[in-house]
Amino acid sequence: MAEGLVPNEDPGQAVAASGGPPVIAPGYTFGSVTDKISAIVLTRGTPLGWWLGFLLAFALVNVLLVSITYLLVKGVGIWGIDIPVGWGFAIVNFVWWIGIGHAGTLISAILLLLKQTWRTSINRFAEAMTLFAVSCAGLFPLIHMGRPWLAYWMVPYPNTMGVWPQFRSPLVWDVFAVSTYATVSLMFWFVGLIPDLATLRDRSPSRAGRVIYGMLAMGWRGSARHWHRYEIAYLLLAGLATPLVVSVHTVVSFDFAIAIVPGWHTTIFPPYFVAGAIYSGFAMVLTLAIPIRAIYGLEDFITMRHLQNMAKVMLVTGLIVAYGYLVEAFIAWYSGDRFERFVPFNRVTGPYALFYAALILCNVVIPQALWLKRVRNSVPVLFVIAIIVNVGMWLERFIIVVTSLHRDFLTSSWGMYSPTFWDWATFVGTIGLFLALLFLFLRFLPMISIAEMRAILPEAKVEEGR
Amino acid sequence: MRTMRTPPFVYGVMAEFEDPSALVEAANRTREEGYQKIDAYSPFPIEALHDALGKHHSRLPLVVLIGGLVGCVAGYGLQYWVSAIAYPINVGGKPFHSWPAFIPVTFECTILAAALSAVLGMLALNGLPMPYHPVFNVPRFALASRNRFFLVIESRDAKFDIDKTRAFLETLKPREVTTVED
Repeated sequence: MAEGLVPNEDPGQAVAASGGPPVIAPGYTFGSVTDKISAIVLTRGTPLGWWLGFLLAFALVNVLLVSITYLLVKGVGIWGIDIPVGWGFAIVNFVWWIGIGHAGTLISAILLLLKQTWRTSINRFAEAMTLFAVSCAGLFPLIHMGRPWLAYWMVPYPNTMGVWPQFRSPLVWDVFAVSTYATVSLMFWFVGLIPDLATLRDRSPSRAGRVIYGMLAMGWRGSARHWHRYEIAYLLLAGLATPLVVSVHTVVSFDFAIAIVPGWHTTIFPPYFVAGAIYSGFAMVLTLAIPIRAIYGLEDFITMRHLQNMAKVMLVTGLIVAYGYLVEAFIAWYSGDRFERFVPFNRVTGPYALFYAALILCNVVIPQALWLKRVRNSVPVLFVIAIIVNVGMWLERFIIVVTSLHRDFLTSSWGMYSPTFWDWATFVGTIGLFLALLFLFLRFLPMISIAEMRAILPEAKVEEGR
Repeated sequence: MRTMRTPPFVYGVMAEFEDPSALVEAANRTREEGYQKIDAYSPFPIEALHDALGKHHSRLPLVVLIGGLVGCVAGYGLQYWVSAIAYPINVGGKPFHSWPAFIPVTFECTILAAALSAVLGMLALNGLPMPYHPVFNVPRFALASRNRFFLVIESRDAKFDIDKTRAFLETLKPREVTTVED
C-alpha cells in the first residue's frame, strides 16, 4: 500500500502515453535535480528582485498591523458594516482566502491518491500557499468578533463563568473545521519537507544552516525502514486530508446555508462552495507559479504540462460554479417564495448589478477561452485569466454576502453596504502578509520537493535480477 | 554489552552504491548470505528495497485507526456532555442531544486525532528525532540525501566479522566500503 511517492508506472512512459510536454525536462540526474533546487536556498544568494518583492509585501504587512491596531482601539465601527449588512469585507475575505487554500490540499492529497505524477513539482509551494492563505483567512473571523482578545471563549474549556460553546451553531463548527484544517495542512507540509531538510542539512555551506536545517530534519537519514513508514504516514495523511478539505468549505458554506436569509438558505451551497474553492485555488497557484518559474528559471520542472493541466482543472471547476449560479436562480424561482425570487432578480437589476455582471464576466464568460488549446499553451494569457478568476471569485463572495443581506424581509430594514478605507487597508494588508510569508518560504525552504523529483526520474526505476 | 569492548567501537560496515538497482541487488545478496541486522539508505523511497530487507508489517495504520476512533468518541462525547449535561440550553426548541448538529465537529475531531497519530506515530516508530547516529560519522554519507545509496551491515549481527563482512561487501561491486565507528 505504501507506494505514495513512487508511482509504479515508468514516468517516461506516463509522459509518452498522455502526449504533450513532459512533467520534467530530459537530461536530469539525482545530483543535478538536488543541486538545482537546493541552490536556490543555499548558494545562489538573495536576488535583488526578492528584496524588492519582500520589502513591498512587508510594507503591506505594516498596513495590516496599523489597520488591526486601529481596529482594536476603535472597534468594528471603522468598517463599513452596519445593520442590515453585518457581514462585510471580513467574511468576504475569509471565504475568499480559505477557498484559495483548498487547491494546495487538492494538489498534494487528492492528486497523490489519484497517482498524478505531474503534481510533484507544484505540490510543495501549493501546500505552502494553503498554509499562508489559511493564516490570512483565520485572521478575519477573529478581528470581526469585536473583542478579539476573548477569542479563546470559542474553545470548549472549563471556565469560572460556567459557560460552554453552542455546538448547534455552524460558527462553532467553523472553529473546529478551520483549526483542524490549519493543523493538518501544517503537518502534511512538514512531513513532506523532512527528507528535503535533511538534504539542506547535508549540503549547507554555513554552520548556521547545518544546525537549523539539522534540527528541523530531526536526524532523518533515509533508512529504508523509515521511508516505508514515512510513505504509509504520507499516504494516510493524504487520505485524511481529502475528506477534510471537502468538509472545510462545506462547513464554511453552512455558515450561510443554515441561516434563513434568502439567497443563503440553499442546499446547492456545499458542493458549489467546494468547487468554487478549488477554482479560485488553482487560479492562485497559476498566478504564483507562472512568475516563480520564470524568475527562478524552473521551466524544466514546472513545465507547460503543469500549466495546461491546471488550466483544465480551472475550466472544469469553473463550469461547476457556473452550474451553481444557474441552479441557485432556478431554485429561487421554483420555490415560489417571493423573497427567494426577489434575490436573483435584485442581483441582476438591483444596486449591485454591476458587481454581478462583473462576476459573471470574470467567472463564467472569460474562462471559456480555456477550451482553446492555443489559450492553454500561452503563458501570458493563462496568467491574465488566472488573475481574472481570482477577482471573479472574490466578487462572488461579495455578491453572496452583501446582496443577500442588504434587502431584508421588510423594506423598512433595507440598507446599503460600502467598504471604508480600513476595510480595504485590512484586505490589502492580508495580501501583503500572504506574499511576505511566500517570499520567506521561497528563500529559506526548497519550493519543489527534491525527494519526490528524484523518484520520478527515469534512473529511479529499479531493474531487478540484472 | 557495549561497555565490554575497547574503543573505537564499530557500529558496522558500510558499502556505497551509485544507483538504486545496485543497492537492491546488494541488499538481496546480503540477506541470502545470512545477514539479519542490515539497513539501507537512499535519497528517495524505493519499494523494492524494503522488500529486499525483509518485509516488516508496520503497526502505523493501526495506530492511526485507534487515534481516529479516540478522536471520534472524544469529539462526540464532549458535545453530548456539554449540550445535554453540563450546559443544557434550549435553542429553537431543538433537543439537548441534537445529534445531527454534532456530526461536523465529531468529523473534524476524528480527522485531527488520526492525522496527529499518523505524524507522531511515524516519528515515534522511526525513533525520530534522533540527533546522533553512527552512520553520520562517515563523511561520504552526506550524499545519502543527494544521489548515493548505502548498505550497512551492523556489528550486532550474529554473523558479523569485520574482515569477512568487509570482504563480502567488496564482492558486491560497491564504489567504496567503509567501517562505521560508533
